[in-house]
Amino acid sequence: MLSINSITRTVLKRHVLSVSLPRLLPTALAGPLGQSRHYSSMYDFEAEPVRGANIGIKHTNLLNRSASGIRTNPELQQQGVSDNETKKMNYCQAINDALRIALGTDDSAVVFGEDVAFGGVFRCTVGLAEEFGRERVFNTPLTEQGIAGFGIGMAAEGHTAIAEIQFADYIFPAFDQIVNEASKYRYRSGGMYDCGGLTIRAPCSAVGHGALYHSQTPEAYFAHTPGIKVVMPRSPAQAKGLLLASIRDPNPTIFFEPKILYRSTLEQVPVDDYTLPLSKAEVLQAGKDITIVGYGSQIYVLESAIKMIERDMPGVSCELIDLRTILPWDVETVADSVNRTGRLVISHEAPKTQGFAAEVAAAITERCFLRLESPVERVCGVDSPFPLAHERFFVPDVVRCYEAIKRTLKY
Amino acid sequence: MMTLNAMDQVLYEAQRQGRISFYMTSFGEEGIVGSAAAMDPNDPMFGQYRESGALLFRGFNLDQVMNQCFSNDLDKGKGRQMPVHYGSKQHRFHTISSPLATQLPQAAGAAYALKRSSITTTPNSNGKEDGQCVICYFGEGAASEGDFHSALNMAATLECPIIFFCRNNGYAISTPSVEQYKGDGVASRGIGYGIDTIRVDGNDVWAVYAATLKAREIVVTQNKPILIESMSYRVGHHSTSDDSSAYRPKKEVEDWNLHDNPLTRMRKWLTNQGWWNDEVQEITKKQIRADVLKAFGDAEARKKPSIPSMFEDVYDCLPQSLVEQKNEIMELVRKYPDYYRVHDFAKEQQ
Repeated sequence: MLSINSITRTVLKRHVLSVSLPRLLPTALAGPLGQSRHYSSMYDFEAEPVRGANIGIKHTNLLNRSASGIRTNPELQQQGVSDNETKKMNYCQAINDALRIALGTDDSAVVFGEDVAFGGVFRCTVGLAEEFGRERVFNTPLTEQGIAGFGIGMAAEGHTAIAEIQFADYIFPAFDQIVNEASKYRYRSGGMYDCGGLTIRAPCSAVGHGALYHSQTPEAYFAHTPGIKVVMPRSPAQAKGLLLASIRDPNPTIFFEPKILYRSTLEQVPVDDYTLPLSKAEVLQAGKDITIVGYGSQIYVLESAIKMIERDMPGVSCELIDLRTILPWDVETVADSVNRTGRLVISHEAPKTQGFAAEVAAAITERCFLRLESPVERVCGVDSPFPLAHERFFVPDVVRCYEAIKRTLKY
Repeated sequence: MMTLNAMDQVLYEAQRQGRISFYMTSFGEEGIVGSAAAMDPNDPMFGQYRESGALLFRGFNLDQVMNQCFSNDLDKGKGRQMPVHYGSKQHRFHTISSPLATQLPQAAGAAYALKRSSITTTPNSNGKEDGQCVICYFGEGAASEGDFHSALNMAATLECPIIFFCRNNGYAISTPSVEQYKGDGVASRGIGYGIDTIRVDGNDVWAVYAATLKAREIVVTQNKPILIESMSYRVGHHSTSDDSSAYRPKKEVEDWNLHDNPLTRMRKWLTNQGWWNDEVQEITKKQIRADVLKAFGDAEARKKPSIPSMFEDVYDCLPQSLVEQKNEIMELVRKYPDYYRVHDFAKEQQ
């Protein structure tokens, strides 16, 4: 597989080869190579309608810059970890930390996949083989269907199998094993057997230059598969708690990690062992006029769009909800919100037609029809493969979200 | 081979400078050119992603390479794929797909189609395609995918005219071949599927050429597949996103580069024949680098493909959903041209 360098705005580390920032460029060569021009400065944030708005992950309020967010988090309070030590981690380090805890607390747990032993192409498994041995943290041959099937077999014998698919775009050879096997193992045996100990991690979503095969967000295919759980966390602290929950959940789980977040998100994370609830959405920002639903990295785009709306439409307040788990999803939290606001916008990066937003729209229309004051709006990826040069138009960027929210509010 | 090497050096540096988004070099694997030389120019080719040498041999020129890598408006692939994902119907080279090994069963199917069209009484629009042979490249890592096994088995049972060409370069990203398989390389699997197989020194261009030439002769005269395992070494990193010093000793790479490099071996052979010397080497190298830089500069200066072109080719024509999405996006683009940096894109062709 092509391992692409993951993130445009990132810290340059020795083995993290994300070097697309112009300011990190080495001395230019002689000749035509002398004039340097960046290939993907996608948007001009100094132009209208964004100008002046502090948007993007750099300005987010959704990350725990200090431990106070941890101290007051009711889910962490319930676990008794909210007052304990925290440590600054990025998303990648939080995944690594969760895997270390999973391996340390469960002798049957193993971590495996392509290039996992040296630390993985995104460095999420770095140091684990050294700490727990190559028998528990190992490379597999290059075969996704093999990886998934192998994990199912281990889990069906009662072990904890944590598999990595190098990119979500490459999960499809494993589709048969996931859709026909993992999801049906319990049902077809009348509950005698299950493969609940299986968790499949896969980096997903856009990074600015991934094109067709290093950008996809394939949650909808799996959301149509009863028997598996599908999770996509937005931040380091969320990722750690949700990954440990997925690993320990008695059902097979597909765990999507938006790879742009690996190094662009940094926050205080509890050092303790903790889990966060699956199938529970989280209201990130309370509001009274409109409900905005998303998950994964799209949450930050939506947060930015809301900032612009609240700037340009004084008095308006938006409620932002992170679904966190895509299947089975928390319809109640969203319905409760829409019953109060009367308006709903859902956004995801995957193509619109048959995307997960369609399910949210349908379920909310069923439950909240009489309370709705405008059509439910979806802001999604284009119904095409994921293009390289035109990525800025494919993804539901902040301006497209802003316009959709405005349209819905003014309906 | 020298062009491939020079082009790789420039494009690798260009990626390091952030001027293209990605690149994969063929350093150490330039011997692949020998396989392309043994094929008929009309034989369909399926690549994995490290076969630029075969495509260059076919006549895919430096401008075409650069236009693809810069995903500009002259890129025949319309700027959609990452760099090195070349394709050219003119050169009968099927467009690269990043997922591994998917090309193998497709190549077997293409070979079966060739066989059928050579026995059809009515020739198709391309004319009769007698005696053609598909060549399909892949790495030793890809040979672990299920698609590899289906492809070999189908090609063998359905007697498809195809050469499966395995580039065994020792590594699949970080995973060395000793962790990829336990048997005797990829070659031993060909025998298991009833496919005649040859293992060749991939750093000896003439050996690669001779083996492929003979393989092709068997394929077209006997209508059956052949597997070639070409042993080489990946001198470069897997891609510009990889730093191989994290998993292999620098000295290992240096030793291969110094003692067993296809370019050096070819140069020595030519020198021994009295057809090459240091002066010719320098002049040629200089000229090639100038050509590469010229194509590079021309391609970089061009705009990206027009915005509406992104909606084309999903289907043969736009379905209603895409028409609506296109309208919505074009309206936004007109409303906020600066934010979307529309000047990066070529104007829509009328």
